[in-house]
Amino acid sequence: MSQGYGIAAISIVVALTAIIGAFGLRISRTTSDFYVASRTVSPLWNASAIGGEYLSAASFLGVAGLILAYGADLLWLPVGFTGGYLIMLVLVAAPLRRSGAYTLPDFTELRLNSTRLRALASVLVVGICWLYLMPQFQGAGLTLRTVTGAPLWAGELIVAIVVVTTVAAGGMRSITFVQAFQYWLKVTAILLPAAFLFLSWHADDSPSLTRDSLPRFAVATTVTAPEDLQIRVTQPVVPRVTGVVDGLRYVGGVAPLAPGPHTVAEGTRLDFPAGAPVPVEENLPAATDEAWAQPLSGGREHSLYTTYSLIIATMLGTMGLPHILVRFYTNPDGGAARRTTLAVLALLGVFYLGPTLFGALGRIYAPDLLLTGRVDSVVLELPSRMVGGTGGDLLSALVTAGAFAAFLSTAAGLTMSAAAVLSQDVFRSRDVRTFQLAAVPATLIPFLFALIAGGIAVGDAVSLAFAVAASTFCPLLVLGVWWRRLSTVGAAAGMVVGGASAGAAVLATIIGGPYQGWTGALLAQPAAITVPAAFLVMIGVSLLTPRHVPSNIHRIMVRLHVPEGLGQEAGDFSR
Amino acid sequence: MGDLTGALTLAIAAAAVAVGVFGLRRFNVWRPDLGTSADQASFETLHLASLAAPSLRGGLTQAGTSRAIKPLRTLLGSTAVAITDGQRLLAWDGEGQDELGEHAVAHAQSVMDSGRSQVLDGLGVGDHPAGEPIREVVVTPLVSGTTVIGTLAAYVSSSSAGLIRAVDEVGSWVSGQLELAELDATRTRVAEAEVRALRAQISPHFIYNSLNAIASFVRTDPDRARELLLEFADFTRYTFRRSGDFTTLADELRAINGYLLLERARFGERLNVTLRVAPEVLAVSMPFLCLQPLVENAVRHGLETKDGQGTVTILAEDAGAHCLISVEDDGVGMAPERVREALSGEPGSDHVGLGNVDERLRTIFGDEYGLTVATAPGAGTKVSFNVPKFQPGVHA
Repeated sequence: MSQGYGIAAISIVVALTAIIGAFGLRISRTTSDFYVASRTVSPLWNASAIGGEYLSAASFLGVAGLILAYGADLLWLPVGFTGGYLIMLVLVAAPLRRSGAYTLPDFTELRLNSTRLRALASVLVVGICWLYLMPQFQGAGLTLRTVTGAPLWAGELIVAIVVVTTVAAGGMRSITFVQAFQYWLKVTAILLPAAFLFLSWHADDSPSLTRDSLPRFAVATTVTAPEDLQIRVTQPVVPRVTGVVDGLRYVGGVAPLAPGPHTVAEGTRLDFPAGAPVPVEENLPAATDEAWAQPLSGGREHSLYTTYSLIIATMLGTMGLPHILVRFYTNPDGGAARRTTLAVLALLGVFYLGPTLFGALGRIYAPDLLLTGRVDSVVLELPSRMVGGTGGDLLSALVTAGAFAAFLSTAAGLTMSAAAVLSQDVFRSRDVRTFQLAAVPATLIPFLFALIAGGIAVGDAVSLAFAVAASTFCPLLVLGVWWRRLSTVGAAAGMVVGGASAGAAVLATIIGGPYQGWTGALLAQPAAITVPAAFLVMIGVSLLTPRHVPSNIHRIMVRLHVPEGLGQEAGDFSR
Repeated sequence: MGDLTGALTLAIAAAAVAVGVFGLRRFNVWRPDLGTSADQASFETLHLASLAAPSLRGGLTQAGTSRAIKPLRTLLGSTAVAITDGQRLLAWDGEGQDELGEHAVAHAQSVMDSGRSQVLDGLGVGDHPAGEPIREVVVTPLVSGTTVIGTLAAYVSSSSAGLIRAVDEVGSWVSGQLELAELDATRTRVAEAEVRALRAQISPHFIYNSLNAIASFVRTDPDRARELLLEFADFTRYTFRRSGDFTTLADELRAINGYLLLERARFGERLNVTLRVAPEVLAVSMPFLCLQPLVENAVRHGLETKDGQGTVTILAEDAGAHCLISVEDDGVGMAPERVREALSGEPGSDHVGLGNVDERLRTIFGDEYGLTVATAPGAGTKVSFNVPKFQPGVHA
């Protein structure tokens, strides 16, 4: 990829974000007409805004990378990211809107009538924001590395600084139309190149994705090891090597690599002939294309468990994402909240066609990423490889801009949420300066996480945040909306158990991981254990403590479930 | 890289511990405690009292007393404790409820009548292998003001002077809490009554002026007169509505539209209105009729006394967890001391709306949510206020 275009694209996105953040984009709806002024945001616009905030680095880069490496099993990732809104639509969207809550701590306080539980919810919100911010920084780091070759931390630092500045300067965040525009930018940035790639693949006589062989280099390919690599060879391959392989120095000679593990030193050039089987990085599975396309054979350990766990985390975690719930406030009523959620399902469904296609085509056209282990950059690499020329450069620049926009918008939304909670519930201040200062810890911690957790794929990292959200807020919201016997003690116990177990697994994975075997599977995908555990504890403890059910529960249930406009007695300010 | 990871892990762990300790102290979960054994005993007593207090602050109810009774029994150290309201048993903790529960009201009867503590004996119930049978009960009245509203009874095998004293003291402490509960309830009722009294003060000037304006169109433009009359009906229906103290910004804007149509009938082309409303905040719940008086104020004091064109600007901006609302006019403005008079609601001030809205906002949301007025003679007036997007109990 041409560096110039990529850097230009990133600079434009960063500059635009900074300008909008600094001056505030006043899409001024100045009018003298009351009907224009009090026109609510339509569900489609609202849904676009939710999409704009939701589609993050994981969606833009991570999904394609994981599909490239692991195949059909990981299709559940985009399905789960989207399907979470189905669960929300059915179970919580309308009651949550009717509750009048703006944030998750608001809902907790309202439903359980307890400021202590509000504090607990606030802690969890900050934790989830931090976990979700980490992959945004990772994504930014590897985008900048792919484009310019800069080290990972440089991109992470740039995004962290831009985000803190934007949020502290006031931020454009809550403007629905800006976020909605972000969605359409991201969709264009992924689907337009995807369409070109699809045509290019078609023009190439549509090579099969399901051959009964290992991935092969379509053309003669030169790979330069970006760092010391541990690779695994399944079928013998004979590249020409300039550099050090298995401790032996070559200068353009052939190095026959027998099946088994090998080491390649940093900077070594490997020239593979066309049709050679691709050795893979040791942590990635070496599956044939046919096995790759089959479910549960793509090569992750304990794939049945991890698949179910992934489905549970993503589908149930969406409703617990702090930056998404606040968007629902813009809906005028519960019915509009449902329509918005439905539209989100459609919009996300369309978007995820793109990353899936990138991942699949990457198997044919960028198999060397399996060798270097940098599968997360397949979305950025593929356009210039498949299209070439200025067209390819422009498509690459578009993808890069889209990716950067994705990190910035999601990261800013998350930082806003975390900073708001930190300033309001921890520092106990409604002051704007406190809010601005709170943006610093809100960004710093996930930035450090991102530095530590180099080895975790972006898509996996984001599923950790989903796992924590699913283990804490999902039981709270679902039981809170549908079960009147939920007690304050039960809710607290469930959130603590779910949050602590999922949080511990996640931190272990970030700091020490990735682990192998069952340990690794359980720690990296804890949701299948922790979500049922949180539900059971919440239900069990609630049944044991019936005295701690809020006394105004019937009134709250009426508010949550009775459609607006039936003329039910509205709340009064005293209770 | 290994070293770096290690150092960072350490840094994060340290930060996490610091945040944790800060959080625990913040929410009073962890505090180092010290003291002699006498101190410890009084701490223990105070702690038990503090456990019982919040439940009693809801008044003499079944739910509240049944939560408070366990610490009270620990405090008294008796076999069982009962609380009645004179008519029925509200809560029982400890042994013997099956045998004695139904008699608790009878035990309380003479205390309810006399208002003085009593010891009854010869109960002889309970042959529990572990404990001694209950033979006596010490009953003390719970008093609010001068009325006996219930009883507290301690069931023991044999009473002592110490226990009687303790039951007396605990009884008067519980009475104190119940009086506070009554005070809370009264305060709430007063605040509610205050809001009810403050709400929806439709201005008599406006009714008078509107009807006059409509009357002036009846002959010359009957259709217009009819339209205005309908607007007037809609607006008054909104202001006189009964259900709920809260409305949404969208509904309030709709009412203001009706109001301004009527004012335009009087001012004609002299009155310009500009609106800039962020669609995100249309659903914000706010006290009913708290924006309309500000607009009315802007029209009356900004334009009525001025020649030529006047503009009223209504802004509603999204500010994170808050919504920022302001009403601005380019009229004659006011002197700052007049503003102070208006906000303090001094009689004689003709800015009735301002003081009323200010007071309601403060009562409902807290003191930091009052009106901010920026004005000077000849420089127009800008009145602004903040509304939180969520406040427990505030819901349209």
